[in-house]
Amino acid sequence: MTLGKEHHMMSAVTAADLAPTPYAWEIRATGLKVRVGRKRMAVDGLDLSLGTGVHGLLGPNGAGKTTLIRALATVLRPAEGTLELLGESVGGRGEHRALRRRIGYLPQEFGYYKRFTVREFVEYMAWLKEVPKADIPAAVQRAVERVGLADRADERMKALSGGMIRRVGIAQAIVNDPLILLLDEPTVGLDPAQRLRFRELLQELGTDTCVVVSTHLVEDVAAACTDVVLFAEGRLVFQGPPDELASVGGPEHEGDSPLERGYSAMLLNPRQGRGSW
Amino acid sequence: MSVEHASRRIIEGYARGGADLAADEVWAVEAHLETCRGCRDRLSAAVDAGVPAVVSLVDTVWSGLEPQLAVTATMPRGRPWSARLSRWMTPAMVPWLAMVVGVTLLALLLDLVGTGTGEVSLVLLFAPVLPVLGVAASWSRELDPAYELTASVPRAGLHLVLRRTASVLAVVVPALLVGGWATGVMVAQWLLPCLAFTATTLALGGVVGVTRAAVGLATVWAAVVVVPTLATRRITFALQADGLPVWALILALGIGVVIARRGAYSVLGAHR
Repeated sequence: MTLGKEHHMMSAVTAADLAPTPYAWEIRATGLKVRVGRKRMAVDGLDLSLGTGVHGLLGPNGAGKTTLIRALATVLRPAEGTLELLGESVGGRGEHRALRRRIGYLPQEFGYYKRFTVREFVEYMAWLKEVPKADIPAAVQRAVERVGLADRADERMKALSGGMIRRVGIAQAIVNDPLILLLDEPTVGLDPAQRLRFRELLQELGTDTCVVVSTHLVEDVAAACTDVVLFAEGRLVFQGPPDELASVGGPEHEGDSPLERGYSAMLLNPRQGRGSW
Repeated sequence: MSVEHASRRIIEGYARGGADLAADEVWAVEAHLETCRGCRDRLSAAVDAGVPAVVSLVDTVWSGLEPQLAVTATMPRGRPWSARLSRWMTPAMVPWLAMVVGVTLLALLLDLVGTGTGEVSLVLLFAPVLPVLGVAASWSRELDPAYELTASVPRAGLHLVLRRTASVLAVVVPALLVGGWATGVMVAQWLLPCLAFTATTLALGGVVGVTRAAVGLATVWAAVVVVPTLATRRITFALQADGLPVWALILALGIGVVIARRGAYSVLGAHR
């Protein structure tokens, strides 16, 4: 080998990786209520347990999906009930620094700095997420490659298309190798080919991460999610595998696919489905 | 630390596929090879000498990789100052800081030309509110496009707020220092109100949001001090040397509240 400098590689497995997890569910909410503005409870008494896998968060507009994801990202504090992330209780005024290092978050309105290059922006986010300094360049390159932007990594963000910006958003979310990955409407602005690639990435991430994807596209859920969480008016309507949701719908319900018909059936009669999870 | 290197028998056994080594020897030699360049060189020599099957395999991999490696551009050198700067201020703050410095220079110019306000120094009059504008821009939903992302990261919170506030003061204070020196105003007379206003903005910001706090305080300052002073052309009580202990008290109170409520800066509310 003709390496100029000897790199001390870390051994592949660390003690932290081998330690047993002290929690049963990555995300666990009981009676969770989250307030938006003064009065409205956007999440109103939610009981939810999510483990490793890809969870599609479905629901009509205004169902409280974004509020729930914000609460999971710890930027909104629960008004009532308990929320445990990775076994740590979220609430009160704590900063949750250690917990936030294990969370990746893509907000619905993904704001960025136009003058930054892709690499600079993801590096900046890695720094904000307290990725160890020595690991940042490699972590950034890995994240950028995973979203297929390696060839555009050194271009300014203002030169990128909407779909590419979205992929930068996904790259910054996964740059700290999170255990909980929260993606709010990640497929908006992606063209069909990119959506297919994105679903593959989701499935890949879902093998060892708890991924929560909020979407209103039922076909995204059918293709990439191991689990559907159907959410309406701040409450859980259904949780289970996509097939189970599809089986609820009959020919009399609206929709072009079995899953869409199941979705309409559940929303027509939310009370009926509540016990089924 | 003395390191024991792999023996020739183990290296050669490993090169032949490790079938005649015990499992723990294979495990140990692999772990050692990850960190020891010397033993990797010995392994590659052993492979070259005795195991043509592996040599041809490695060659195949190389010939497959080489065309890809040839077209992959090396990572260009980044702009290290840019990365370092972004840890102290966001790009959203730059125009605001430029404006603050511009206002200071303008006030200084008017003071020196001597038009308008008589014995009242404009630098002194604007000193307390100037940093507040910069602080508002550093933690604002409207001005900082990445506010929601920033609020969700582990570094968010008082630490980052103070970092950005410090960078605002690092720009504003030297500009005011020049202005104060040129107009002959005592340093404490503008520095204390300036710091007190900054601390109060942060303290109120933890409750109602930093931007709202900044706008509110700037309005109060304009109504209570700037307008009467410009109208009467006399220094108001707030800026006289007797007022300094009061400013010091406000500064101390502001800092106390900020420390007591330090958890409030890591949620979305602080960005309003």
